[in-house]
Amino acid sequence: MINHQYDVIIIGAGGAGLRAALEIPEGFSCAVLSKVFPTRSHTGAAQGGIGAALGNEEEDSWEWHMFDTVKGSDYLGDQDAIEIMAKDAIRAIIELEHMGMPFSRTPEGKIAQRRFGGHTRPEVPEDPDSKRVAVKRSCYSADRTGHVMLHTLYENCLKQQVHFYSEYFVTDLVMSGKSCAGVVAMDMATSEVHVFHAKAVMLATGGYGRVFRITSNAHVGTGDGFSFVYNNGLPLQDMEFVQFHPTGLWKLGILISEAARGEGGILLNNKGERFMERYAPSVKDLAPRDMVSRAIITEIREGRGFKGSDGTSYVHLDVSHLPKEVIDEKIPEITGFARTYLGVEPTKEPIPIQPTAHYAMGGIPTTADAEVIRDKKGTRVPGLYAAGEAACVSVHGANRLGTNSLLDIIVFGRRGGKAIAEFIKEAEFAPLPADAADRTLAKIDRLMNSKGKEKAGALRTELQEKMMEKVGVFRNAKDLADMTVEIKTLRDRYQEVSIDDKGKIFNTDLVEAIELGNLIDTAEPIIHGALVREESRGAHSREDFPKRDDKKWLKHTLIFKTDDKPKIDYRPVSITRFQPKERKY
Amino acid sequence: MKVTLRIQRYNPERDSEPYYQEFIVEAGDDKERILDLLHQVKWKYDGTLTFRRSCAHGVCGSDGLRINGRNRLACSTLLRDVNYKKPIVIEPLPSIPIIKDLVVDMSDFYKKYEAVKPYLVNKSPAPEHERIQSNEDAEMLFESAKCILCGCCTTSCPSSWSDENYIGPAALLKAYRFVFDTRDEAADERLDIVDTPDGIWRCHTIFNCVEACPKDINLTWHISQLKKRVAEREM
Repeated sequence: MINHQYDVIIIGAGGAGLRAALEIPEGFSCAVLSKVFPTRSHTGAAQGGIGAALGNEEEDSWEWHMFDTVKGSDYLGDQDAIEIMAKDAIRAIIELEHMGMPFSRTPEGKIAQRRFGGHTRPEVPEDPDSKRVAVKRSCYSADRTGHVMLHTLYENCLKQQVHFYSEYFVTDLVMSGKSCAGVVAMDMATSEVHVFHAKAVMLATGGYGRVFRITSNAHVGTGDGFSFVYNNGLPLQDMEFVQFHPTGLWKLGILISEAARGEGGILLNNKGERFMERYAPSVKDLAPRDMVSRAIITEIREGRGFKGSDGTSYVHLDVSHLPKEVIDEKIPEITGFARTYLGVEPTKEPIPIQPTAHYAMGGIPTTADAEVIRDKKGTRVPGLYAAGEAACVSVHGANRLGTNSLLDIIVFGRRGGKAIAEFIKEAEFAPLPADAADRTLAKIDRLMNSKGKEKAGALRTELQEKMMEKVGVFRNAKDLADMTVEIKTLRDRYQEVSIDDKGKIFNTDLVEAIELGNLIDTAEPIIHGALVREESRGAHSREDFPKRDDKKWLKHTLIFKTDDKPKIDYRPVSITRFQPKERKY
Repeated sequence: MKVTLRIQRYNPERDSEPYYQEFIVEAGDDKERILDLLHQVKWKYDGTLTFRRSCAHGVCGSDGLRINGRNRLACSTLLRDVNYKKPIVIEPLPSIPIIKDLVVDMSDFYKKYEAVKPYLVNKSPAPEHERIQSNEDAEMLFESAKCILCGCCTTSCPSSWSDENYIGPAALLKAYRFVFDTRDEAADERLDIVDTPDGIWRCHTIFNCVEACPKDINLTWHISQLKKRVAEREM
């Protein structure tokens, strides 16, 4: 075992982690741990853009952005935090541009913007109550916005000589009383266990898409950060809110950005009908993701989808009517995916798509300065921070708008970094418990020596298929109750997992087996959150409770792990400017 | 249908040198990704098979491999892109040290990337708004900015094979990315770094890199623009 000491440890080298690292001042030691080389992080897969009311293409204001985000969240987002994000967005984008991020440009050379789902302005700008129409708010770089953003942030970290531990797989937090005192990690190259003693730890560990069979998320999206928090007696918030992106490439789940619809693409059912006109008459195909995903599943259930050779169904996304230069210049990557993976030529034929598990609205509850909180009163966990998809501030509430995730990571990554920079000036190192690595060592020892009959790959597939079937776009009490039993069984069976690779060098068999444990840990609060929330709000749709119920459920769910079934608690929602209204588009 | 994968294996804890092992896997149709077939081997038959991967759709750059003699990404190579009637030969990227099976040591590749100062340098006071850049100037960067650092180009380059100090096409592409950015002020510094026998002049326009690039980047053209810029500077 090897011990290290740093003022700051950041786990995860996606947008949130890298942006936070840039805030740690000279004179303090900081290291970023990542299980993949930084530019392989999943931020790089974001396509369509980053939202900010720059008003470069048409009139816009941060208040409209805030309103759209609140409404998009189905009023579960905390309005104080959303206000911070919508206001800070403008500064944050300019900052990225100054850091060197390459953007598509307007004819005047400003950052170009395009339309995106749920982002609107009043048709008559002077009359805030006039009908809302789609607005160009998404700042973009063709359809590789996340990729160039990730690279720009990494480049700036190199410039600032941030220290990285690449291919270090974090396995646990080190808690010292009520404070966080560091992390435990395994160097993948050697399987050696390292303990990093730190004054402050930031979890920027991303999402959990791989809990589901069809997902847009990378293989590394295994919910690691959620598992660390949950297993250390800290709560997770709003885990029932899972975003299914409406347009995943059929069978594969690969993301086909909303930018395709922002540029004029439309959804069609098997009758060739533009069905979104029925579900969202004003913004149609640019309705928020939860509504479009429900519309697609409804079309399929009512017999208006296409049956795929794999037994699953899909509808069509058509961009073939768009000018060729729009396809080649604005959405080249995603149309390339259709060609590469399905052999479909998007300039001539429609693209088969189906909803794909995409984003965790819920996560580790934090303040607007990324400080992790431990209970409904908002008590902080000294030394522990979280930002990005891993965190639940909550700016996305029950449903995130497209372009707000890239925004979230740079706004709250930076705020977290600044809060840490303040904290470490005064804070002492919390004492490092002697048994810091024991749980990790025991876990590795068990997996390396187990003769059990279960295999991680097969067990993971089973979990993913069941989650897809019973905890997907539409949910009901029976399926969810079944899943609470199922997840217990899966957890028991996980104890019987054995691995083939007994070696020390780059043992991905071992890493994947530990990741499976993290997936199971993450699935449990998703299932229990979905079962207790007896209403339909945003991405959480209960067939047995089809209406939103503000009286009972305008509140955040907190879930704690216990030896028996998880314990549930609630936190109030911050409502400042916009009172909840019926959500129609 | 059944497909045979002929995979190069090497475990330094056990093997004195690399060898090949064949696995027969089941493919639904010819649109299966090579990556999914590797997963099938790992998850069904042999958990010790080791490779890197993450996004599985060609944007993260983790799974550059040599497939039937050509450098490509396992996740954006489908069965129909290769001759699958015969065993498909899967090897690690060539010419760099193997860590285990298909996992290679990329540290020299990253070191060369860092050597070209791969970040924007602009010491002028920043305006309150964005720096203005025409769409044409921005688009001059887009192709180079597509790079995912997978290493397929540099490890396919005969000049890299014969000269371990050659900085390689990926690092040169990154130099282009900033030299040609109208917002950058360190072009001269970067040109000094690449205007050496182990820099741009080691590129003999063999075009292997262009053929290998999974993102369809014309690396040789970008390197030629750097050569041109250096020549102009001297005039």
